[in-house]
Amino acid sequence: MIRLVDVCFSVGAFELRSFNLEIERGEYFAILGPTGAGKTRLLEIIAGLQRPSSGEVWIADENVTALPPDRRRVGFMYQDYLLFPHLTVRKNIMFGLHDKTKKERLRRVDEISHLLGLDNLLDRHVTGLSGGEQQRVALARALAPQPRVLLLDEPLSALDPQNRRAVRRELTDLHQKLGTTTIHVTHDFEEALVVADRLAVVNKGEIVQIGLAEDVVRKPQSAFVADFFGVENIFKGEIVLCDQSESPGAEVYNAIFKSGALRLSVIAEGEGPAYAAIRPEDVIVSRELGHSSAMNNLRGKIVEIETTGPLVRLTADVGVRLVALLTRQSLVSLKLDKDVDAYFSVKASAIHIF
Amino acid sequence: MRIMINTVVLSIILILLHRAFATRRASTTMRNQMRHPSLLTVIFSVLGAAIVLFLVAPIVKMMLAGSYEGLGEALASSEVRSSIALTMICALLATGTGMVLGVPLAYLLARRTFFGKRIVEAVVDVPVVIPHPVVGIALLLIFGRQFFGGQFFDRLGITVVGGIAGIVLAMLFVSVPLLINAARDGFQRIDPRLESVARTLGYGPLRAFVGVSLPLSWRALLSGAIMMWARAISEFGSIVIITYNPKVASVLIYDRFTSYGLTYALPVAVVLVLICLFAFALLRGVNVRSDQVKVI
Repeated sequence: MIRLVDVCFSVGAFELRSFNLEIERGEYFAILGPTGAGKTRLLEIIAGLQRPSSGEVWIADENVTALPPDRRRVGFMYQDYLLFPHLTVRKNIMFGLHDKTKKERLRRVDEISHLLGLDNLLDRHVTGLSGGEQQRVALARALAPQPRVLLLDEPLSALDPQNRRAVRRELTDLHQKLGTTTIHVTHDFEEALVVADRLAVVNKGEIVQIGLAEDVVRKPQSAFVADFFGVENIFKGEIVLCDQSESPGAEVYNAIFKSGALRLSVIAEGEGPAYAAIRPEDVIVSRELGHSSAMNNLRGKIVEIETTGPLVRLTADVGVRLVALLTRQSLVSLKLDKDVDAYFSVKASAIHIF
Repeated sequence: MRIMINTVVLSIILILLHRAFATRRASTTMRNQMRHPSLLTVIFSVLGAAIVLFLVAPIVKMMLAGSYEGLGEALASSEVRSSIALTMICALLATGTGMVLGVPLAYLLARRTFFGKRIVEAVVDVPVVIPHPVVGIALLLIFGRQFFGGQFFDRLGITVVGGIAGIVLAMLFVSVPLLINAARDGFQRIDPRLESVARTLGYGPLRAFVGVSLPLSWRALLSGAIMMWARAISEFGSIVIITYNPKVASVLIYDRFTSYGLTYALPVAVVLVLICLFAFALLRGVNVRSDQVKVI
């Protein structure tokens, strides 16, 4: 659907050298990278707002490299939305429908505003809208002309954390309903994992790794990607809420996270598919089972021990691969070694669900 | 007549009051400073008051000095009336020309980088530093009958030197920088990405300009146009060299002053000041509603 072939581009300190990328029709693709990695530029090149010095941009089997943005049929949403401040919500949404008949325009505005729950805001002026409302109007404006591709530049970064979660879901729901090929640019790996089918990690104008979202996180192929995710223990699974059995001194949890053979007691907000992340330093290693009953205690065999400075990085097989960090001293005093069985305990509160 | 003069004095006072009230949003610390003024505040206030008085006093005095009979006579005189009409129309024509030719340049200066941009920007500001009689002479060298510009307009049947076209050209030369700079600042304040969004929504560059940039900068453009118009009305030095007759208001005042003296010049001067103050009030009306545009 979208193909970048040997795209070269440079402005200031930012440079793309022979950049290649291919995105399938109907895919929700995330581009993940630190601030200043040139993600916005990349979107602007696809939209035709920036022209590469060499290379080709293809959209739907059409070489659009020489086409101006107004003839590419690409929807673009900047992170600060950039609604037209001199127009009402309705006129903003209608902006891209200028070549349709009046009847068609009204029908389309009805349709899209209904889809995004904007019916009551249509006659409002955009300056009085909340951040979330502005975001939905910007989305409606971009989607109204039925673009072949939807480009989202950090679409959630201007929202507060509570809204972010809800809008994240709305974006994926919307994508499921409309099936518009979507590229979502973000610096937040959680966001990318939750929304995207596939993702590419980009740094300094280069794709560092590309693949299915969970594969990239689980098997980082470079130190940069591993560092970028920061968390080595990430599991994809499902949340089931449960009533906590009352036991004194036990830790609080309200849900069970299931991933294959793995069962973890966790604290979660809702049911459904989710990721669980555990920082290696939050994994407590011991030879005997501890007393705290609500902790997640996993038994497994140590498969790898790696010394990095004063710390030891220990990989164990507890049904899944689990990485723990501990001091060299603990390693010695616990008499841990390769192929030794041990218990790996994690507090419910130390498991991050997203 | 007295009512009229009173209105003018009142409007000046109102303008001063408006300025004074603009400081009411002052922070608490500033208000404390006002209660216990430092030596700096006192000295600077006295110096500031002196220059404000210097600016206001002559105009107020002139308004009060004009006899009503003189003013009535001036307004009744067909020479004065046609002179003022001529001034206004020429200023309007100059402003219109400035809009058509200046706004596109302002847009390019705000949005594009091109070779020699700095030079063009400097050229736009040149009229401000050239003495206006020199402007008149310079224009003669292009638009005089024996020169290219003059011959060009001659062929179109338009008289430049000694004609209305000369007045318009002189006004355009001295006042168009105000419009260009105001429009450029106005365009610069609009996020260029708003146009990018319009482009992705199927608008070509020209349509994006008309659909987004123009409606978002109309206040800056209007403000620039009023400034240009007011500046054109008050022009004298270059016009007097190119077209003495028909006389624009400023030339008429000068003519009456040198031929008949102060008493005859004064009523026309008062009328011109009234018009200028009207334009000034209009400008403030445009600007006060939003602080988007600064008065130069």
